[in-house]
Amino acid sequence: MVISIIYLSMFFNLFLGTIKGLTNIQLEEIGCQLILGNTYHLALRPGAELIDELGGLHKFMNWKRALLTDSGGFQMVSLLHLADITEQGVTFQSPVDGKPMLLTPEESIQIQNKIGADIIMALDDVVKTTITGPRIEEAMYRTLRWIDRCISETVGTYNWAAHKRPDVQNLFGIVQGGLDPVLRDICVRGLVDRDLPGYIKQYMLKENIREPTILMNILVIMSSMKANLTSYWDSYAIGGLVGGEDKDSFWRVVAQCTASLPEDKPRYVMGVGYPLDIVVCSALGADMYDCVYPTRTARFGTALVPEGILKLKNRAMANDERPIDLTCSCMVCKNYTRAYLHGLVTKDAMGSQLLSYHNLSYMMRLSKNLHTSIVEGRFPEFVRGFLQTQFPRGDVPEWVCNAMEVAGVDISSCCTPLASWHD
Amino acid sequence: MRFVAAKACAGSRARAGALYIGGNSAAPIETPSLLISTLKGLPAFISRDHLGDLPAPDSHLLHVSPIHFLDCPATKTICTIGGLHQMVGLHDHFFIASPRDSLESLPESDGTNKLGASFETPSGRQLVKPSAYMEMITSLMPNLWASMADEVPAWVSDKRNKTSVDRTLRWLDECINLDLVYENALTCTVEGGKNVLGFVVGGSSIEERKRCATEVAARNVSGFWIGGFGLGESIEERPALLHAVTDSLPEEKLRLVSGLSLPEEVLQGVAVGVDFFDSTYIYHLTLRGFALIFPHNIVDEDIVDRPLDDYPNDCTKINLRATIFRKDTSSIVANCTCFTCQNHTRAYINHLLNVHEMLAHILLEIHNTHHYLGFFRTIRETIKNGKFDLFHKKFIQSRRIHLASVVQYS
Repeated sequence: MVISIIYLSMFFNLFLGTIKGLTNIQLEEIGCQLILGNTYHLALRPGAELIDELGGLHKFMNWKRALLTDSGGFQMVSLLHLADITEQGVTFQSPVDGKPMLLTPEESIQIQNKIGADIIMALDDVVKTTITGPRIEEAMYRTLRWIDRCISETVGTYNWAAHKRPDVQNLFGIVQGGLDPVLRDICVRGLVDRDLPGYIKQYMLKENIREPTILMNILVIMSSMKANLTSYWDSYAIGGLVGGEDKDSFWRVVAQCTASLPEDKPRYVMGVGYPLDIVVCSALGADMYDCVYPTRTARFGTALVPEGILKLKNRAMANDERPIDLTCSCMVCKNYTRAYLHGLVTKDAMGSQLLSYHNLSYMMRLSKNLHTSIVEGRFPEFVRGFLQTQFPRGDVPEWVCNAMEVAGVDISSCCTPLASWHD
Repeated sequence: MRFVAAKACAGSRARAGALYIGGNSAAPIETPSLLISTLKGLPAFISRDHLGDLPAPDSHLLHVSPIHFLDCPATKTICTIGGLHQMVGLHDHFFIASPRDSLESLPESDGTNKLGASFETPSGRQLVKPSAYMEMITSLMPNLWASMADEVPAWVSDKRNKTSVDRTLRWLDECINLDLVYENALTCTVEGGKNVLGFVVGGSSIEERKRCATEVAARNVSGFWIGGFGLGESIEERPALLHAVTDSLPEEKLRLVSGLSLPEEVLQGVAVGVDFFDSTYIYHLTLRGFALIFPHNIVDEDIVDRPLDDYPNDCTKINLRATIFRKDTSSIVANCTCFTCQNHTRAYINHLLNVHEMLAHILLEIHNTHHYLGFFRTIRETIKNGKFDLFHKKFIQSRRIHLASVVQYS
């Protein structure tokens, strides 16, 4: 298995025009290059028209680096009642006044044009992977038809005079097909035939970028403001909140996709965020990720550390004079002790801020370490070190072992034989 | 630590001064000056990296309330970490500690008794004894600290008021003694009794105020913490009470007052010779989405002629939640050099407030602190130029003109 990773990056998810409690300067310091904006929420407040009038989202929030928006369709399906998908588009109840509304592929593009991100996504026919049957096939073909509508809307519509970037918004299409490899294959070929600027898979994004400067060499972190991405994830029965068996399906789909996608293009797995998941997906050949996890877990007083997590609310932290992570050199670990943070987290805004700062720095560091280890040809070593730190007793989950086997990374030294940990 | 009071402004009791804090800071903190309020030693929203963007050394002066640390960390832990400065990562800053603040540890005089002072805190009502207070002070090692006090609201009986003065004096003596005791008991190095600010109370009684001030002045203290204000007395009766206190205090030691938050109240304090102000104005403004915009340079301008349309609502502050700011791409204050005004617009902050994002408060606290520090700088300049009284008058006038104009249209 060849792991070709040109660059490893993680997106930052900007939910409502800001990353929880961090200023642009702090984000730049942490190393964030690309932020994902939730179209649905931004279109509600402050509104796409207003953002457009004020010069686009970059100007509105004064973010000098890159932005990416999603189609908006998914939040509608997951957040709103009575959302229904027809050939026309996604019908839903307006959260403001309950009136029936319709989001078409064209409109989704128009809204994203107004927001003005560098990368925009086509509206896809969203389907739960737990569903089987003809619905999946219908969704897949409909997605291709919608792509055509999105393409014709994108071409020659929005003018980027306000931005320094090239005047093309890169449109990405989303691959559907559930867990059915045949359907997925048809979808991929359909998208490739249309020669899009880029591709997103349900779990994967693969960019066929015309403008390589936009996403090259990006190390970014993504996190989302609310659980909407979790519900997105849940509806595909994937994610840390669900049980191990779902992880099993999840890695298999990732493996299948990386196996069939070209080696020289980056692969983006949307919504993947736990450090362990990122390491596994990277072993399988994925390159880019976004997740809510770092800032969301920070709000509950949980810090990310090489060993896993550290619950700062825990009484044991009350007099612990060590920093969160001795190996971390972020502003928080350089200045604050667990004991002090214990008093702040979940009670004071400052606690949330400091923990978010650390967690994002951690993800940044993980990303960078993965990248460097690949470039320097010692990726398997890094993986072994990572797993040993997270599972010192050798109880590496089975799905990880299976995935690593397929990935061709030898982690036998990290796992105690199954027999011994069932004792 | 060394405080030098300069000659008072000609024809006024307002005085300029300088606090030499030693260490890495070469420049003294000039007075009158503002104490930036903190929660557990850090500003509510401004993290240490952005705190560094604010003007120095003004922004190095912080207030801290040891009551915030009642629950954790343990005093032993604070000691091992190395004290407050080390714990919050602000080594070059100057902390002045007092028991109460108006944010989270509100003095609760009904619960106070001869054993200790009572406070309403987020974890309920707490009775704090001088011994516990001094333990925390010794472990935190703030640069200056106020003794414990029994602060009572203006409406208590004369008897209760007198008791509060007696208790406060007793606790001052106790705190000073404990300080010397703890210096020997704990391994932390502390200059026993040298950094105490004697707490002055006395409620709304001129007599009691004088009595308390005189008694405190008789002790060997580094300065005076004038409290018991902002607890129900009217703004009109305050100058006389303040006068009664400052008249009884020695000129050469520093005076700090708490409970005078608003700009007009600060000016009242400056007018009677107060040097430091513990104000929570910024915090409350920030929480409610307000941004300060009042102009600093009003001495030379003629306020009466300024067109009223410039500030349709209030020339002191704007409520950034208001819909009129939805599309306002200007900065909060034109030419303001704070991080917020240099990087963000009113429209953006309006949006952040509407979607309940923490960033709104961070940006507002930065701007408001910057602006209020500017106000204090202006005060100092007018004192040096001998124009303080004029500035004071014009400032009050400008507020009243705004009120008059509102009345006119109603």
